[in-house]
Amino acid sequence: MAEIILSATGVHKHFGGLIALNSVDFQVERGEVVALLGDNGAGKSTLIKCISGVYRPEGGHISFDGQDITGRAPSAIRDAGIETIYQDLALAENLDVGANVFLGKEKKKTILGFIRVTDDDYMRQEAVKVLDRLDIHIPSLKQRLVNLSGGQRQAVAIARAIYWNARLVIMDEPTAALGVPEQRKVLALVRSLRDQGIPIILISHTMTDVLEVADRCVVMRRGRVAANLPKGQFDAEILVKHIVGAGDLSA
Amino acid sequence: MATATASKSTLNTRDRLLDILAKGWAYFFLLAMVLFFSATGPGFFSVNNFSNILVTSTLVALMAIGQTYVVITSGIDLSIGWTVGLASVVSARSMRDLVNGGMDIGPAMLLGVSMALLVSLIPGIINGILIARVKVPAFIATLGMYGIVRGAAFLLTDGQQVIGNLPDGLREVLRALGNGSLLYYVPEQGFVWFARPDNLPPQVIRGVASLLPYPVIVTAVVVVVFAFILGRTQFGRHTYAIGGNPDAATRAGINVKNHLLWIYVLSAFTAGIAGVMHSFRFTAGAPQAGEAALLQSVAAVVIGGTSLFGGEGKISGAVIGAVIIGVLQTGLVILNVDSIWQFIVVGVVIIVAVLVNQAQAALERLRTTNG
Ligand SMILES: Nc1ncnc2c1ncn2[C@@H]1O[C@H](COP(=O)(O)OP(=O)(O)OP(=O)(O)O)[C@@H](O)[C@H]1O
Ligand SMILES: [Mg+2]
Repeated sequence: MAEIILSATGVHKHFGGLIALNSVDFQVERGEVVALLGDNGAGKSTLIKCISGVYRPEGGHISFDGQDITGRAPSAIRDAGIETIYQDLALAENLDVGANVFLGKEKKKTILGFIRVTDDDYMRQEAVKVLDRLDIHIPSLKQRLVNLSGGQRQAVAIARAIYWNARLVIMDEPTAALGVPEQRKVLALVRSLRDQGIPIILISHTMTDVLEVADRCVVMRRGRVAANLPKGQFDAEILVKHIVGAGDLSA
Repeated sequence: MATATASKSTLNTRDRLLDILAKGWAYFFLLAMVLFFSATGPGFFSVNNFSNILVTSTLVALMAIGQTYVVITSGIDLSIGWTVGLASVVSARSMRDLVNGGMDIGPAMLLGVSMALLVSLIPGIINGILIARVKVPAFIATLGMYGIVRGAAFLLTDGQQVIGNLPDGLREVLRALGNGSLLYYVPEQGFVWFARPDNLPPQVIRGVASLLPYPVIVTAVVVVVFAFILGRTQFGRHTYAIGGNPDAATRAGINVKNHLLWIYVLSAFTAGIAGVMHSFRFTAGAPQAGEAALLQSVAAVVIGGTSLFGGEGKISGAVIGAVIIGVLQTGLVILNVDSIWQFIVVGVVIIVAVLVNQAQAALERLRTTNG
């Protein structure tokens, strides 16, 4: 069995009276693509936000690479090597591509010997490089994101996550706003990251995507893990059953 | 085919013209007003009057610098008008009491100014804590602080309208700095540095021009520093990011709470500088020194193109906005318009500025959807 790099145990999170996560156990092994599935409102985004530090869980533990990261700030989680593409992208649309790829981790340079300023040219150049890797071209990188298409923005969000040589990449519906060719590119990217040994958590409602790249499927239902299916034990039919809640009956 | 290309290119030129007009309308507006008042107001077009306008504008400009940061984060600071007054009162009172207590003027001024600047940070810190940590809406928190700081400023004057009765020696130094200029032009003598020569005949005095008034120099330094921080540093970048999308900023690892705290402290700080300068200029402390300037500072920020929805704005715009208000005020005075009209005119200009900014945003949206 491969080594476990991320381990969440007994994670609990509620919003007022609504229990979004009810004692969730979730593991990711080195180099695997884990698909996280479930109906709308099942708790997928909440779980990954607990991992990425956006939410602080009320109960349970999360550890990454042997380190306890429960309840740490988003900056600390990013420093630990976890990058996240959020469902709502979480971009600053008033800033340009370079500024977004480097948001919170701005590259700086020194001028006049002691003044630290942002190195915007460098950030823009690096943004081009990482977008090239994704085979995505954005005409003017000085454009603010408001002027880009939905797909281009999604590309920027993906670029930001992969730029930092993450040791775990979380993708919350990364292909939602993309055309078919771009979707293919993202799936190819997922595979290439996995081939580099980088584990991925992929949230998707697109069954074909999941079947194509997932090594393991975890299905959530109403804040609980309903199924954990390794390769060979899932197909579209089984997954749908688990998602809608008929899985337990037939099992 | 050829006609299509031609019409397209003219459309582009028109678009570009519209764009220049929308982005730079404040500059055109300023130019138009200067021309208008120069043509209609006797004595408006003179070096001395322009230097007076700049000196008058420093109060609003300084407040508008901090306000720009606040508004970029999609907040608002309604308390800075009274923070100006608080700093003015603290500086005047502490300098007076220290000098009366036997301290030399130099150290007393240094101490008084430092105390005033430190005290002015207090409302900013409280605003920041309330807004960033307790999640009180900026409008409410700073409105509450408006009342509190106002009360505090009047407590420090023991209910008087001014802190006056400064010792003569101190008053002289304050006046020299607050109303002096680094460079003068004296008719028949040419340029003179630091101080206006004594014993000039009256008709020459009228011709003396203050080319670099100290308040303008101080304000210019503050403008350059804070424009630089906003435009070139990580702090500035994070300020824009928070205004654009606070969730994105948080998730990217930016400490949004701390940052917002700093923003409100900064806003109080530039108001504090304005208050200290006010005491120097008028050689007295006045709790209501910044009362009318609050509305004007918001106007300056908006005229300068800063979006009230956050995420956008520039210090240079706010400075132009402040100068526009200064020109308006001075011009109306020269035209003998009742000062009550200033409020109405400034109010109208704010609303027009917001409308122009919205039209500009609509224009930009239109352009993007058209490709
Ligand atoms: N910030 C919040 N405040 C209150 N309730 C929330 C919040 N975030 C999520 N919820 C609730 O928690 C539950 C789980 O939401 P979550 O976003 O994790 O679902 P999801 O599985 O990602 O769904 P989807 O597939 O639609 O993205 C939902 O009922 C949702 O309404
Ligand atoms: Mg979700």
